[in-house]
Amino acid sequence: MTNLVYLVPLFPLIGFLINGIGWRKIPKSAGGVIGSVAVLASFAVSLGIFFEVKAAGTGTTVHLFDFIQSGSLNIPFIFQVDALSSLFLLIITGVGFLIHVYSTSYMHDDEGMVKYFAYLNLFVFSMLLLVLGGNYLIMFIGWEGVGLCSYLLIGFWFKNREYTNAAKKAFVMNRIGDLGFLVGMLLVLFNFGTLSYQDLFGQISAGTSPVTDSTYNWIAICFFIGAMGKSAQLPLYTWLPDAMAGPTPVSALIHAATMVTAGIYMIARSSVLYNLAPMAQDLVAVIGLATAIIAASIAIKQYDIKKVLAYSTVSQLGFMFLALGVGAYTTAVFHVMTHAFFKALLFLGSGSVIHAMGGEQDIRKMGGLNKHMKITGITFLIGCLAIAGIPGLSGFFSKDEILASVYAHSPVMYYLALGAALMTAFYMFRLYFLTFTGKFRGTHEQEHHLHESPAAITIPLVVLAILSIVGGYIGLPPVISEHHTLNAYLAPVVSNFNVHHLEHATEWMLMGLSTGLVIIMIGVAYSLTKNPNFAPNTGIAKVLENKWYVDEVYDAVIVRPIAALSGLLNNIVERMGIDGAVNGVGKLVNWSGGKIRLFQSGQVGFYIFAMVLGITVLFAISFFWIQ
Amino acid sequence: MILTLLILIPLVAGIISMFAKGAAKGIALTAAIATTVTTVLLLMAMNAVATGGYTEWSIPWIPTLGANISLMADGMAGMLCLLTGIVMTVVFITNWNKDVENPGSFYGLMLLSQAGITGVFLASDALLFYFFWELALIPVYFLCSQWGGEKRIAVTFKFFIYTFLGSLMLLAGLIYLSLQNPGGDSFAWENIKRAGASLPVDQQQWLFWLIFIAFAIKMPIFPFHTWQPDTYEQSPTPVTIVLSALMVKMGVFGVLRWLLPVVPEGVAFWSDTVMTLSVIGIVYASLLAIVQTDLKRLVAYSSIAHMGLMSAAAFANNGVATHGLMVQMFNHGINIAGMWVIVSMIEQRWGTRNMKELGGMAITAPLMTITLVIISLANIALPLTNGFIGEFMLFNGLFSGTSQYSMTFMVIAGLGIILGAIYTLNMVQRTAYGEAVALKQGGDLTKNEYIGLAIIIALIIVLGVYPKPLLDLTAGMATMVMP
Repeated sequence: MTNLVYLVPLFPLIGFLINGIGWRKIPKSAGGVIGSVAVLASFAVSLGIFFEVKAAGTGTTVHLFDFIQSGSLNIPFIFQVDALSSLFLLIITGVGFLIHVYSTSYMHDDEGMVKYFAYLNLFVFSMLLLVLGGNYLIMFIGWEGVGLCSYLLIGFWFKNREYTNAAKKAFVMNRIGDLGFLVGMLLVLFNFGTLSYQDLFGQISAGTSPVTDSTYNWIAICFFIGAMGKSAQLPLYTWLPDAMAGPTPVSALIHAATMVTAGIYMIARSSVLYNLAPMAQDLVAVIGLATAIIAASIAIKQYDIKKVLAYSTVSQLGFMFLALGVGAYTTAVFHVMTHAFFKALLFLGSGSVIHAMGGEQDIRKMGGLNKHMKITGITFLIGCLAIAGIPGLSGFFSKDEILASVYAHSPVMYYLALGAALMTAFYMFRLYFLTFTGKFRGTHEQEHHLHESPAAITIPLVVLAILSIVGGYIGLPPVISEHHTLNAYLAPVVSNFNVHHLEHATEWMLMGLSTGLVIIMIGVAYSLTKNPNFAPNTGIAKVLENKWYVDEVYDAVIVRPIAALSGLLNNIVERMGIDGAVNGVGKLVNWSGGKIRLFQSGQVGFYIFAMVLGITVLFAISFFWIQ
Repeated sequence: MILTLLILIPLVAGIISMFAKGAAKGIALTAAIATTVTTVLLLMAMNAVATGGYTEWSIPWIPTLGANISLMADGMAGMLCLLTGIVMTVVFITNWNKDVENPGSFYGLMLLSQAGITGVFLASDALLFYFFWELALIPVYFLCSQWGGEKRIAVTFKFFIYTFLGSLMLLAGLIYLSLQNPGGDSFAWENIKRAGASLPVDQQQWLFWLIFIAFAIKMPIFPFHTWQPDTYEQSPTPVTIVLSALMVKMGVFGVLRWLLPVVPEGVAFWSDTVMTLSVIGIVYASLLAIVQTDLKRLVAYSSIAHMGLMSAAAFANNGVATHGLMVQMFNHGINIAGMWVIVSMIEQRWGTRNMKELGGMAITAPLMTITLVIISLANIALPLTNGFIGEFMLFNGLFSGTSQYSMTFMVIAGLGIILGAIYTLNMVQRTAYGEAVALKQGGDLTKNEYIGLAIIIALIIVLGVYPKPLLDLTAGMATMVMP
């Protein structure tokens, strides 16, 4: 099966080519089927690979063809099949497939549906390349590929200027990160002469490389800059909330199965490297924690159902980076997985709601939807319970593991992270109560149209809801079970660093504390939303509603100065300075031509005199110079 | 014989075209295809002969001066001849349906220029090189001033002054070098190289500029670039393609063949200066590209930014950089030719190049939009397009170069990938997206445009996924160029 690994990205690529080339001819439903089947086929192969890797216990490298070769520089096109990549394959193709199925119904009225499925398959293809790559360059190909696909899908409804602006913003912000990734790669190449994981980590583990600590830190920081862009961390996170301009299933794809988890994957993949870069690790932890808190605070005051979810993704990604930063790589991967389940569920659920509401996304105009759409309501509730960290659901296990690792690392960080987790519980249940309980606040016509979505939408919701419940049992905390299935699986690839184990009593205490507080937060959310009051926000609430004015600050500090500089260069330096000088030379030639014309006086005597003078000078030169 | 054919085919076809009127475009296309096929045969033959150079014809030309008519092809020359053939073919295919005033002279001059460009790449004698250099340029002056836009005369004059100034200095430099050959005056490449390299350091230092200025103007390198946006804007599109896809390569080629190995000490002394100018040029041109509203000027500044990276890498004194330069010369030529074809189609259909008056092409001309998007992605070097391979190698070479500022140069040059995304996506957004602006004439791609662009797109993707053929062809160059 491992030899057939090329099939995994090949199927979506074929799907992309069929739908991409035939997008005007292929009927809509056929396009949906082609796209979905392609990903399902990948999922099937991925399952086979997963179990094979699990049985073998080790990974392999599959060489496809020579890619870039120049002198001693040799970067082949290789795939790395091991525990980490095979786990990600399952998440990407599994959750991806559900999103495809969902889309067949959700996008059915859109004239660009076939094109949409082509993009969706290309997205999955890129993400698969990203995780399968056996060296950083192949990862980079997928890395930029998902950037492109997000660009195409965010701006899918291209007539709307705001949407295409959001698409452009996503791409450019990602590119800023990509430059960091590129520099990181060049540093690795320069110092180790290879980009392949096996060679690189082999060299590092063997301790044969003469690389200094600061170099390790620089490489790790450069890679992290790449991750900041792709995984929406401070300060490059503002593209992700805008990215919800695309169709809702795309948001689910970006936020859950693909794209934003790339940064987590990259650092988990590079754990050997990060273990030697303590400064970079601290940076990762601090940025992650700050992102978790700031994004959670913004989510509290948003009224757009997708915006709340978008900021919650940013915040959850912050948690994952926090875990990475304290060396608990497998924990971060664990949270990637559970988050993929419940975030896909929540986004798809919100799509079901938006569908029923006729495109409305403002939760102030919703309410009481439970009565009309039971399956969506119940599955959404399960998603909220999971993300809030209610014991028994998947989110609890992974989040608890993060918090425990952070506590062992630094209690101060733990309390801050706990604060963010409590905000999460609050804003998610504020969202749930405002949307699904109480009275309907929309128009009469909207209420009339409220309905449960068709099976192609509800079945993925139910499957994801089940996964959101049971997904956590592969990573039971030590107080319950000594065997951590996921950690055992990942152990050959990802080496956790310096993770202290807590006393059982401490761990029980932490678990009880966070659970108790989360339940209290849910109660607070309930009481505050019982009689909702949507008076204009003032003070800090207004700042939160306006997302700390970060977009405005970026605009004033970065965007406008660059535009002003460009205008200045264009109008002053280019036109008057450089070109002015050149045109001056041109005028000089014209002018001197005019003067020289005067020598052509028509008097033969003058001509003879000039000739004699010229010949003499030439002779003189040849005599003195050449001799 | 095969090298001579490469020059003779367009030369003879060009002269015939002058008198052929309506049949000229057919002759031109046939000649372009014939040179492409001949080049492919040449490349196969070279493969069979051996690595290294493939020479033929060394007959005396002006014996008293030590000038010979001698031609030579190696991986770089072969690759550039192939590029020339392909680009000219695409130009003639996509231009097929357009009415050109006085077609005989137009296509004739285009072919003469092609003969000159090919000669530049194949000449192994400095005087012959100079002869072809001028032969390539002179038809362009005429093409520009006869078939150009409103401001063509002023712009052609500026272009002429720039290039002529550079050419004169180049000639002076080459003559000086030919006089330094210990075994008697000679313009042969080997002798020029030997003569130059044996000169004292201070002489190499001023000779460097004498030779380099012509190449710097041609590429162009900041701040020698201001002729370029004007000329690109005013020239008819086929000429713009020749200028930007092929003639700028004459500049890079000149540096690699007639500068780096000839005055190595001068290069060592000035390379930091040139690299500084180059990376400034990348950021400068990219910033200017952001505020352009005219499509042609935007692409022109984008090209200056790309050339900045290439010239910086040329002076990085690194094998991967030189090898990447080979790849990038080819790919830049392909991509920018495609870009100009699209721009000219837009101008023809909507009657404007002003992006503020465009929009919604994705609705009105979806096939055109797809090609525009793919070419734009290659322009910003997205992986799996041809642009990425070269750019990655250039960055890598720049980063590991011998200059003490290598990393700084690379990081500043790297800003280009961010700025490049900004202006390129701006362009896509303003032309392809938004509400549809109705076409003034025509529709989506015509058959000949479709074929021409299909060639471009195929090369973009094939060489982006599997660059090995191009890398193998030019693999020897990294060691040949550098002393």
